[in-house]
Amino acid sequence: MDSLSSLLDGFGTALSPVNLLWAAVGVLLGTAIGVLPGIGPAMAVALLLPVTYGLDPTAAFIMFAGIYYGGMFGGSTTSILLNTPGETAAVVAAMEGHPMARSGRGAQALAAAAIGHFAGGMIGTCLLVFLAPTVADLAVDIGAPDYFAIMVLAFIAVTSVLGSSRVRGFASLLIGLTIGLVGLDQMTGQQRLTFGSLELADGIDVVIVAVGLFAIGEALWVALHLRRRPDEPIPVGRPWLGKAELRRTWKPWLRGPAIGFPFGAIPAGGAEIPTFLSYVTEKRLSKHRDEFGKGAIEGVAGPESAASASAAGTLVSMLTLGLPTTAVAAVMLAAFQQYGIQPGPLLFEREPDLVWGLIASLFIAMAMLLVLNLPLAPVWAKLLRIPRPYLYAGILFFAAIGAYAVGGEPLDLVILLIIGLLGLLMRRYGLPVLPAVIGVILGPAAEQQLRRALQISDGSVSGLVNTPFAVTVYVVIALILCWPLAKRLVPRGRAKAS
Amino acid sequence: MTDHHTDATAGTTEATRGGIRAFLRGRSELGVCALLLAIGVLVLTDALTMDTDFAQRGPVGPRTVPIVVGVALLVVAVLLAVDVLRGGKGEAEGGEDIDLSAPGDWRTVLLLSGVFLANAILIEPLGFPISGALLFWGSAYALGSRAFHRDPLIAAVLSTLTFFVFDRLLAVPLPGGPLMEVL
Repeated sequence: MDSLSSLLDGFGTALSPVNLLWAAVGVLLGTAIGVLPGIGPAMAVALLLPVTYGLDPTAAFIMFAGIYYGGMFGGSTTSILLNTPGETAAVVAAMEGHPMARSGRGAQALAAAAIGHFAGGMIGTCLLVFLAPTVADLAVDIGAPDYFAIMVLAFIAVTSVLGSSRVRGFASLLIGLTIGLVGLDQMTGQQRLTFGSLELADGIDVVIVAVGLFAIGEALWVALHLRRRPDEPIPVGRPWLGKAELRRTWKPWLRGPAIGFPFGAIPAGGAEIPTFLSYVTEKRLSKHRDEFGKGAIEGVAGPESAASASAAGTLVSMLTLGLPTTAVAAVMLAAFQQYGIQPGPLLFEREPDLVWGLIASLFIAMAMLLVLNLPLAPVWAKLLRIPRPYLYAGILFFAAIGAYAVGGEPLDLVILLIIGLLGLLMRRYGLPVLPAVIGVILGPAAEQQLRRALQISDGSVSGLVNTPFAVTVYVVIALILCWPLAKRLVPRGRAKAS
Repeated sequence: MTDHHTDATAGTTEATRGGIRAFLRGRSELGVCALLLAIGVLVLTDALTMDTDFAQRGPVGPRTVPIVVGVALLVVAVLLAVDVLRGGKGEAEGGEDIDLSAPGDWRTVLLLSGVFLANAILIEPLGFPISGALLFWGSAYALGSRAFHRDPLIAAVLSTLTFFVFDRLLAVPLPGGPLMEVL
């Protein structure tokens, strides 16, 4: 009941004209960015980080959340009409959605996806309303050792669960941690990796790292391998669903969140795994199994619903524990840091207006997105025709503004380019970008918590594992680390048995 | 006899040199290992030369974490090298506008980097409206756009408009340069 009344207060915040305006800006930008090839929601939020210098936090996060959810809606439009998904969350949408579009049922595919996102987002956000305060209550008296354990979990999960190669994930994480070390040590003022430079003594701003890796790195990487003739999107009419299709889609819409939400909340790579799981589930449960691969509408409805629900799950762990499980959440965490707000269990006590305003605005954003995407999908699809030179020149242009806005230093632009070239190199050699960003954002905080915990325990390492919470987290970390070993051992054991 | 011997060695070194080149081809990822190794050495050197006596507070000083990170970088560099030598390969990232079958177009990347650096140099003397327009036009040109009457126009409008939105509406100060002083 308590969370319901808080939510009502939140609606009071979110329904103020200014915040409604920012929600609208967020969902418009988010949909456009989701549709546009080459820009993902993480890059978009990174490019918009400079607004945190001028905007109040509630408005900024309402806008960022709109971009996150809008990116999901728009991303499925691209993958259905173009078959080359940019966001990992939309890969599955292309598997059934694109064949549907090719056989003239694009309108139904778009509708199944949009309503799926709406259903998944709504159910996921309801779960967020009821679960987040409970998690926050459970975690409310966690201390330095627990925070450190959570951050180690984030590091391990993001390198081990994501991507195909662990060693490359760790390489990326270590690059991020190194960038995070540059500057004055927070506890003692000792200069680290500054080489006597005054500019570097302040450290490399997270905004510059995020924009460099996500925006410049991506733009340069695309420039290196730019497709000279972009694929032509399939023309499509206004999305709609007939009765027969509704009968086939309502169950997948409702099943999606059951898979998406929990996977979003744990650090397992965001929407990628749950959308695939949902796809497999729908395929197994469908009466039209033979249609899968040729355009089965269940294969669009379920995974898209799971994708949006996973975004809500991501917000649970981000808001209650300060644990980012996706790239967007990581960049949003950087925005929290810009405001000097520490997401975590105390956030619900200290910043109730911000948190509940943000959560309430999610419901509003979802309604806006449904209205924007159902009737207007053909208009959004026109964005796919944007000349690529303008698109990527625009990304470089706005990245330059963002980096310059950090401190008004031309040197920051040079650092930005260097980090961008690093991002290009990482994409070329299959080093995932997300671990590096998480390393930069959480590295300094993790070090501080570690040293604080050891200070309390007077240097004894047992001070890191003296709470049940921390022990639980380390057990989870051990499980994640041992998982591939177990996978390798199990089939061998079976083979021996047979 | 000795002459013969040196000849033979020269022959083999040449052969191995050719062999090394052939060996390195397709294994450019070893460059990443070298980079990680270099960063690791850098971090460790910085940490070990740190003068921490005056600043130590608590049992863990400012050196501990850099030392851990530096050692881990060295370990990962070696592990990655082993993986590459065993035939492991980092999977290049795909995307909507990315055609991985085409060879890398490094000229475009160089041009873009140059244009971007030019903006960093020009932003203060010329002001953002001009340097930003040059950045957009130059980038579009580098990426293959050749509409010589449309591109500069779009660049100028975009740059001026953004300048006013950021500088005046969002209160993010950008240098106006001589152009804005005239206006």
